[in-house]
Amino acid sequence: MKHSAYDVVVIGGGHAGTEAAHAAARMGVNTALITLKREGIGVMSCNPAIGGLGKGHLVREIDALDGVMGRVADLAGIQFRLLNRRKGPAVQGPRAQSDRAIYRREMLKLTEQQDCLDVIEGEATDFIMFGQSVTGVVLADGSQIPAKAVILTSGTFLRGVIHIGDVSRPGGRMGDKPSVSLAERLDSFELPLGRLKTGTPPRLDGTTIRWDELESQPGDDDPTFFSFTTTQVTAKQVSCGITHTNEKTHEIIRENLERSAMYGGHIEGVGPRYCPSIEDKVVRFADKTSHQIFLEPEGVDDNTVYPNGISTSLPVDVQEDYVHSIFGLEDAKIIQPGYAIEYDYIDPRALTLGLELKEVSGLFLAGQINGTTGYEEAAAQGLVAGLNAARRSREEDPIIFGRSGSYIGVMVDDLTTNGVTEPYRMFTSRAEFRLSLRADNADQRLTPLAIEVGCAGQARKEMFQKKMERLDAARGVLTKSVFTPKQVSEAGIRVNQDGNKRTGLDVLAFPDVSFEDLFPLLPELANSDTTTRRQLERDALYANYIDRQEREIAALKRDESYLIPRDFEYIGIEGLSNELQQKLERARPENLAQAARLDGMTPAALALLLARLRKSSTQRSRTA
Amino acid sequence: MDTIFALASAQGKAGVSVIRVSGPQALEAMNALCETAVPVPGRGLRVLTDAAGDPLDEALVLSFAAPHSFTGENVVEFQVHGSTAVVSAVLDALGEIDGLRQAEPGEFTRRALENGQLDLAQVEGLADLIDAETEAQRKQAQVVLSGAIGQLAERWRSDLIRAASLIEVTIDFADEEVPVDVTPEVSSLLAGVQKDLETEVAGVKIAERIRSGFEVAIVGAPNVGKSTLLNALAGREAAITSEYAGTTRDIIEVKMDLAGLPVTLLDTAGLRDTEDHVESIGIALARKRAENADIRVFLAEASETPDVEMQDGDIRLLPKADARDDAEDAISGKTGQGIDRLVEHIATVLKSRSAHPGISTRNRHREALSSALKSLHQAQSVLELGPEHYDLAAEDMRSAIRSLELLVGRVGVENLLDEIFSSFCLGK
Repeated sequence: MKHSAYDVVVIGGGHAGTEAAHAAARMGVNTALITLKREGIGVMSCNPAIGGLGKGHLVREIDALDGVMGRVADLAGIQFRLLNRRKGPAVQGPRAQSDRAIYRREMLKLTEQQDCLDVIEGEATDFIMFGQSVTGVVLADGSQIPAKAVILTSGTFLRGVIHIGDVSRPGGRMGDKPSVSLAERLDSFELPLGRLKTGTPPRLDGTTIRWDELESQPGDDDPTFFSFTTTQVTAKQVSCGITHTNEKTHEIIRENLERSAMYGGHIEGVGPRYCPSIEDKVVRFADKTSHQIFLEPEGVDDNTVYPNGISTSLPVDVQEDYVHSIFGLEDAKIIQPGYAIEYDYIDPRALTLGLELKEVSGLFLAGQINGTTGYEEAAAQGLVAGLNAARRSREEDPIIFGRSGSYIGVMVDDLTTNGVTEPYRMFTSRAEFRLSLRADNADQRLTPLAIEVGCAGQARKEMFQKKMERLDAARGVLTKSVFTPKQVSEAGIRVNQDGNKRTGLDVLAFPDVSFEDLFPLLPELANSDTTTRRQLERDALYANYIDRQEREIAALKRDESYLIPRDFEYIGIEGLSNELQQKLERARPENLAQAARLDGMTPAALALLLARLRKSSTQRSRTA
Repeated sequence: MDTIFALASAQGKAGVSVIRVSGPQALEAMNALCETAVPVPGRGLRVLTDAAGDPLDEALVLSFAAPHSFTGENVVEFQVHGSTAVVSAVLDALGEIDGLRQAEPGEFTRRALENGQLDLAQVEGLADLIDAETEAQRKQAQVVLSGAIGQLAERWRSDLIRAASLIEVTIDFADEEVPVDVTPEVSSLLAGVQKDLETEVAGVKIAERIRSGFEVAIVGAPNVGKSTLLNALAGREAAITSEYAGTTRDIIEVKMDLAGLPVTLLDTAGLRDTEDHVESIGIALARKRAENADIRVFLAEASETPDVEMQDGDIRLLPKADARDDAEDAISGKTGQGIDRLVEHIATVLKSRSAHPGISTRNRHREALSSALKSLHQAQSVLELGPEHYDLAAEDMRSAIRSLELLVGRVGVENLLDEIFSSFCLGK
C-alpha cells in the first residue's frame, strides 16, 4: 500500500510526538503522526502530573509558542499548585495533578481537530533512505510514507528491558512492545548510544487506602494555569494524601536488597539522582529514618493511586510487604507492581541545535530517546523538532532557541553541547538568566517569535497583542513622568531623600511597593486591569538585576552569533591541543558560545578558535 | 601536532645553555642526536652527534614523558656548553629532523596552557618569573606559578558552591523534605569567603608593588636638593639638577633594586606656590603622586610644615648636609652623607610591608576578587530578608562565582547539582 506523501512525519504519539506533530501542522505543512494505536496518544505513562519547578516553565514556554501541552494539562488538572508561591516570581513553577483519562481524551481531540495533521495507526519499522538522508517511513505492513522530514520520538523503546526483581523481559513500557527493527536501522547510522534506567512505584487501589488517617494536601484556592488562554478550572478538584516510610519499611528493603534488580546487578544503566528508587534512598541516606510519600490520584473517576516517592525494582512480594508497613497503606492493594526500565538513548551531542541529526539529514529526534526524562522536557523538544522539521521541509533555516531567551534554549543547548550522564531533567538552577526567564513572562519572551515564524494561531495572536497593548499603555503611564523624592514620600512611599528623580517604574521596583501604591502619584493607573498590574510588578521587581545581566547576555549573544561552519577543520589548528582538536571534531559546535561550554575548553583555546574563525570570515545569525 | 624546539635559556655566551624539544617526536629527536638514548623519564650524560655522526658537544640530556612535563607533551632537554657555535650546531641538527621546527615565541608556554599544565594565572606568573628582575619578584612569581591562586579560588569556589546548593535546594526542590531556611549556614559560608577575599584584595596592592615596584617620593620645597639626592641614590644623572628653583617640572622616575625590592624613586617638582601655569600643573601632579607613593622622603628645614601629609613609615630629613653644621638628621646627595641610613630605612619599611603579600599579582585578579566581594556583600544583605528572597541571593552568589571563574576557570551548573544530590535525599 502506498500512502500519500507528507512534509513532516512524526513517529510516536507520546508527549514529544504530539507536540512535534502539532507544531509542524501549525506551521502549515502537511503532517502525519504515526502511532501504534490512536488511544495511545497523550498517554501519561509515569506519574499523573504536569509541571513543577523548571518543568512548569517549559510548559509555559510551549504554550507561549501556541503548543498543546499547557491547554490539555489545564483541562485535565485536578489539583493545581504554584510551587514556591512565597518566593519570587522567577522561581515559581506551576504544577498540576492530571486526570489521565481526561488528558488522553483532550489530547486526542485536539490532535483530530488540528488542520494539516493526520493520524496513521501503524508500527514504523524502517526509514526510506536516500543516501545519508531520511526521506520517509516504512510501516510494519510494508507500506511507505514519503516525507521531507521525519521526527523520531520513540521514548524508551530502544532495547527497552523491564525489570521486576530478578525477572526481566524486553519492553518499552508496561504493555507495549519494543521496536527492534527500527533499532537495527538506527544502529546502521552508527550513532553514539548510552544506557539509562528509570523506575516506577507500585500503583495502588485507592479504595484500600485509609485516607481519613492521612494528612491531606489540597490544591491552591486561586489556581495558576499553564496556558495563557485558560481562565478557569474545568475538571473536578481533588486533594493528594501524604504519608511516610518508617524504620520497618527500611528494614524490609535492606533485607531484600540483593533481590532488587538494581542492587542485584541486573541493571547497568544510570538512573536519575533526583528520582531515586526507594532502595537507593535507604542505602545512600542510611541515617534518614523516614521518607515522604505523596499519594496522587490518577483521575477523578479512577481509583488508581500513584504513590510518588517509592519507585522500586524489588520483587512483587517484597513490594507488598514494604507497602503494607507504611502508615495508611496497611491494607492497600497493589494494582500494578513497580518496575524499573532500562533503555538506550542516543547521545544528544549527535544533534544540531535544531534537533536534527548532524550525520543523517532529514531525521529529527525528540524526547526520552535523547536522554531526557519527563513529559515537559519531551514536549519542549518535540516543539523544537516540529518547528524545525517544518522549516526543513520548506528549505528554511532552523530556529535556534538561545540560553538567554528560554528554558527550551537552555535545555537544547545543554543536551547538544554536553550530552547527558543521567536522565536530564530541567531545574530552574540550570538557567543562568533565571530572573528574566520566568513562567509569567513566557509569552512576552516567545509569542512574538511564534507570530514571526508562523506557529501561532490567529486567536493566540490577537489575545497576545491585546495583552501587550494593555501592558504598554500602563508602562507608558509609569515611565512618562518623574517624581522627586519629596513627591514620592508625600504619596506615602518610603524613599531615600537623595535628590534623585524617579519614574513610576523605578518606584515600582522598590521592594514592598505595589502597583496600587502608585495611584496617588499617577491616578490614571487605576484604569489598568489586575493582570496588567501584577505583570508590571513582576517585571519591575527584577529590573535592577536584569540590567546587570544585560552585558552578560550581550556577550553570550555575540558568541552565539559566531557561527562555525559545519565542515570547519579543527584538526591541525596550530596551538590547539590534540585532545581539544579531537573533542571539537566530535562535538562540532554550531557557534562559539557552544564551543565555550564544551568540557575542557580553555579561554586560550577559544581565542585561537575565534581567530581562526575570523580568518575564514564567518556568517552571523540571530537566536531567539 | 608539530614537534617544536628552541633555545630555552638566554641568547648568547653562557656557562650552560638549555635547548628544549617538545612534541610527539621529542624522543625520536633524542635518539637521533644521542648514541644511546637516556631512559624516559630520566637523564644522562651523552655525546651529541649530527646526522653525519660528527660529535657536536657533550651534554646532559633530560627526558620527560607526557603528561609529566612542562608542556604536557614528551619533552627532551639538552643542557649543552653555552657557546654560540655549539648551540647553533645543535639547533641545526634538530632542524634536519623531519617534522621538527623552531618554536615560535611563547609556544612552549602556550602548549602548556593548552594541555592544562598551567592555568591562565599560572601563565601570567610564568611571564612574571621570566621577567623577574629582583629576588622578591622571583619569589612572588614562583608562588603564582605554583597555582596558589588556583588552589585558593578552588577553595572559595567550593564553599560558594556549597552555599549556592543550599539555596538552590530550597528553590528547586520546594516540594520535598528539604530545609526551608538555610540562611545561617549560607551566611556563615559566605562570611568565610568574604573574609579571605578581603585579605586577598588588601594583599594585591602589596603583591602588585613587588611585581611592578614600590614608589618612594622625594618631597620638598624647590631647590632643596631633591634631584641631587635622587641622582645619588640612583647613581646616575637622571634628573636635571640646577641651582635655579623650579627646574624639575615633570616627575622623574628612576627604577632601582633596593635591598632586593623593586623601587621606583620619584623626584617631584618642588612644592611651592607659583604664577607659572605649566609649573603649577606639575606641582599639582607631583603632590598627588607623592600622596599615593608608598614612602615619602621629606627634605625640609625643621621649621617648615610640609604641605603633603606625612604617613606611617615616611622619613623627614634636613636638606644639604654638606652646607650645614647640624648634620645629625641631614642628608646630602652631593657628598653621600646619610644616604646609607636612608636606604636602610626605606628597605626596612618596605620589607616589613611585603612580608605578607597577597598571591594575586595583577589588576585583573584584584578586579575579579573585588567584584566577587561586592556580590557577596549584596548576597548577605539580601539573605537577611529571608527565604522569600532567595532568588535574589542566588543571583548574587552566581555573580560572585562567575567572577572567580573569570580568575581561573569555569564552574558548571553540574557542580551545583552534584553538591545538591550528594547532600540531600531528593526524589518523590
